[in-house]
Amino acid sequence: MNMIRLSLRMLLRDWRAGELYILTLALVIAVSSVATVSFFSDRVQKALVLESNQLLGGDLLVTSDSPVPPSYAEHAKQIGLRTTHLVRFPSMVSFGDNSLLTSIKAVAPGYPLRGELKLANPPTEENIAQSIRIAQGIPKPGTVWVDEKVVNALKVTLGDKIEVGAAEMTVMSMVESEPDHSVGFVSMNPRLLMNEKDLAITQLIQPGSRINYQLLVAGDETQVREFRHWVKDRLSPGERIVSIQEARPEIRSALDRAGKFLNLAALASVVVAAAAIALAIRRFIQRHLDGCAVMRCLGATESDLLRLYSYYFIMLGLAASLLGCIFAVLTQEFLSYWLEELIGVTLPLPSTLPAIQGMLTGMVLLLGFALPPLLNLRQVPALRVIRRDLELANMHSLAGYGFGIVILSILFIWKAGSFKLGIMIMLGFLLAVIFFGLFGWLLIRLFLLTRPPGSSPWSYGLANIRRRAIPSLVQATALGLGLMALLTLTLTRNDLLQDWQARLPENAPNRFLVNVQPDQQERLMVFFDEHAIPRPKVFPMVRGRLLEINDRAVNLEDYPDPRAKQLINREFNLSWTDTLQPDNEIVAGHWWSEEVIPSEHELSMEEGFAETLGLKLGDRLSFYTGGGDFSATITSLRKVDWDTFQVNFFAVVRPGLLDNYPASYVTSFYLPPDKIQIMQELTRIFPNFLIIDVASVIERVQNMIGQVTHAIEFVFLFTLLAGFAVMYAAIASTQDERIYEAAIFRTLGARKQQLARAWAVEFAVLGALAGFFAAAGASVLGYLIGKYALHITYSPSPWIWVIGVLVSIISVTAFGVIGTRTTLSQPPLQVLRK
Amino acid sequence: MARKLIVEQLVPVNGNNQPIIQASNLTKEVETGGERLIILQDINLQVSAGESIAVVGASGSGKSTLLGLLAGLDVPTHGTVFLDGEDIFKLDEDERASLRGRLLGFMFQSFQLLPSLIALENVMLPLELSGADNARDIAHDWLVRVGLEERVGHYPRQLSGGEQQRVAIARAFVTHPKMLFADEPTGNLDVATGAQIIDLMFQINREQGTTLVLVTHDKNLSARCSRVIELVAGRAVD
Repeated sequence: MNMIRLSLRMLLRDWRAGELYILTLALVIAVSSVATVSFFSDRVQKALVLESNQLLGGDLLVTSDSPVPPSYAEHAKQIGLRTTHLVRFPSMVSFGDNSLLTSIKAVAPGYPLRGELKLANPPTEENIAQSIRIAQGIPKPGTVWVDEKVVNALKVTLGDKIEVGAAEMTVMSMVESEPDHSVGFVSMNPRLLMNEKDLAITQLIQPGSRINYQLLVAGDETQVREFRHWVKDRLSPGERIVSIQEARPEIRSALDRAGKFLNLAALASVVVAAAAIALAIRRFIQRHLDGCAVMRCLGATESDLLRLYSYYFIMLGLAASLLGCIFAVLTQEFLSYWLEELIGVTLPLPSTLPAIQGMLTGMVLLLGFALPPLLNLRQVPALRVIRRDLELANMHSLAGYGFGIVILSILFIWKAGSFKLGIMIMLGFLLAVIFFGLFGWLLIRLFLLTRPPGSSPWSYGLANIRRRAIPSLVQATALGLGLMALLTLTLTRNDLLQDWQARLPENAPNRFLVNVQPDQQERLMVFFDEHAIPRPKVFPMVRGRLLEINDRAVNLEDYPDPRAKQLINREFNLSWTDTLQPDNEIVAGHWWSEEVIPSEHELSMEEGFAETLGLKLGDRLSFYTGGGDFSATITSLRKVDWDTFQVNFFAVVRPGLLDNYPASYVTSFYLPPDKIQIMQELTRIFPNFLIIDVASVIERVQNMIGQVTHAIEFVFLFTLLAGFAVMYAAIASTQDERIYEAAIFRTLGARKQQLARAWAVEFAVLGALAGFFAAAGASVLGYLIGKYALHITYSPSPWIWVIGVLVSIISVTAFGVIGTRTTLSQPPLQVLRK
Repeated sequence: MARKLIVEQLVPVNGNNQPIIQASNLTKEVETGGERLIILQDINLQVSAGESIAVVGASGSGKSTLLGLLAGLDVPTHGTVFLDGEDIFKLDEDERASLRGRLLGFMFQSFQLLPSLIALENVMLPLELSGADNARDIAHDWLVRVGLEERVGHYPRQLSGGEQQRVAIARAFVTHPKMLFADEPTGNLDVATGAQIIDLMFQINREQGTTLVLVTHDKNLSARCSRVIELVAGRAVD
């Protein structure tokens, strides 16, 4: 206890004496950068998920082929969630002589929980254009709302009574769009909305009817998660959970990538700050050597010193991290406010997790870099009080930084969410440090081996570097690492973002057409030609249910993963193609072999899908399709780039194999905004098509890229700030030595200007070295991040070298000259008497 | 007054029989560039409690090394040192540190005050390390005693050399050490200031009954000691 109090006092004393400013600054920057980004992306992601959930009509839904147990809804309400339910089924409806197979949706009050149900007022004589309004509530009992297809096919007008099962109901409104229309390939029929209270009188629900029951829940994110967790273990066969991430892989992929981008940007500032911390710690240790020796002399044991400084750093870490978190709360609030203005979205409040992450970052960073030198510090020889020349044995050991780098890598694994990436970055940094160290050492040894003759500033400056070889190397390495992170961020971020943006072309498909019949293909192409829309590629599709894997019946019980259960439980869309699509990449096995073996059908599987189901190359799958059973062996795994919004299939076979099975076709195309009206014609010509509008999804993804770009620019400020801290720390790390050296030189007659010039040369050479290190590192790092973290091919620009080296020389020299100006003006006697 | 009384009672108890410092065959050799260099050779020394010893000699004669060994700051190549009956080289470094905290006080030529601490905190440090209560008050009293009442809140860099050494005296005596080791305590001071420091040191030493071991070049200082040991090339010369 007493030790803690003593530590605190020493901490306060050192703070007061200005010993801890750089260290604290670096820590605050690192923590606030990580926490700001976490807070901010937490909020943005929440907002995006919330927005995306509109596509579901709720935050989460439980669907089932039998009524959803009331206990689910009760529990959801109990924990504070809003709920509603609905029933979907296909049925014939008729008006006069016309009848039509429609998808009926019987909804309860509260529907939809998320998003809006839009109604269209049909054109009138006064108002030719359709006007859209947002529905208030649901259809009243006895009334139905129908979509345009129903209106067209049955030739009804508002107010007509149509027969729905045994009931007669009044058509009250025309539905323009439902929020949950585009989720999955649920229904291909025209749609009709009714009140669930009327279900009984329609007498449509009979044993054996194909009915889908849904429970929709919405509310606070944590409660939704809690509910999901609760309900997961209670699902009976036939019931499953759907949330937006399962429904739309494109959104998930964009969310993940956005998060990675931001986190990597934040980590860049952490790396820079880490370099500042490492330098500041080095100076701290140097300045505390005497103090420790005196304390050893006055009776402090090694473990006393270790405890003393451990408490000291823990308290410092906590205080600085807390400060960083407070700062982060403020900056993210500002950032969110600014973004809300920009995109017109209200961001939900952040959770507390980012603060915890920030605190942890601060603590592990400080302890990671402080602990190894601390373990050394306690071993300072007490005799140093008499013999000042006694140094710490491992003062200059680069191994001390090794521990810090390991800690940094753990941070990377954690924040980038990938073990591979973390290990890669750790190895990268270790290699960078080793390379920087060795190369720098060789350079100093070879290039500066002999002191240039004469007494020019060059000669003195270079001599200084050689004399201070190890501190110079440490400075150049730390500066190089810091600049490397800065360079990677500044020079590569635009390229990386542009590459990402370019992957989502302006005319990415925004409409999917499903249920195109074989005989409609030709007519559809003519339709596209008529409207000057490029003919899209049409993909065949046979629906099948997975029955056996390697001749063993598929058993739901074997799949504990709920996502796997869902995948197994639903019908597969099997397609065929002879060539691999451009957005697909074979990651295992091989594409169709030259030789066709009639008995062995080849099947190519999407990588993530196979992983979820635990399938591997060589597995033989048997499906039941409408036209009989079909078996094939997995001969390749594909990685699919879902970001392209192209039609893609989990399972693909060679053309010809599925010719005898009933197939429909699916396609996607880009509908320019000025051609929206052709969709009405399309639905009229092809009433059986299911049209999925993904424009909103695409828009959201594009928005997200925009948001990330803005946010990264903001995060960059942190990195820049951290860059200044590194510069300052680097200059300060040799300051004491410089003060002494200046006093001696000046006593011996050197003019201020001579010294200033010599030091400027020294800083310029250090800057060049650091800039060279940084450019080399940033080129490699940018390439690696692009390739492995963001899956983007990035080619480093040669400008990195020019800008890196120039900026480094100029800034290090400028900082150095400014930072050492006061050093030169201290009267020599004052210094020497110390 | 009360403190003085207690101290005077203590002196005969320690002083009568056993020497408080006893060094036998103390030898220190180091290897430099493959050569063995003898810094100290066969030093035998007994110091009674309350005695004051000056170790003198030319630069490089081994004075500071002897001081370091006697105080347990360094270990010898051969020989033993008993401090207050304890064989200090049978202890490990941490145990020796504890012993220093309990029994010894130090003064150095370069004062060795911690630059980030004010005068008061520098004096408090040994008390805080030993876990003493009301360290602040005790330290303050000592600063008053060495005449630095007005300088309590000053940083070492704001103090003159003489003032810094006064702080060092206060720090050395604040734990009531049995022995005080001083390495050239006047080496960085001008003659007049040095003399004041010597006076102060001996005055407190008398009051506390501390055993003094000084390394010095200063004739005035060695003359005030009860015994002078001269070192020539690592050997003691009587």
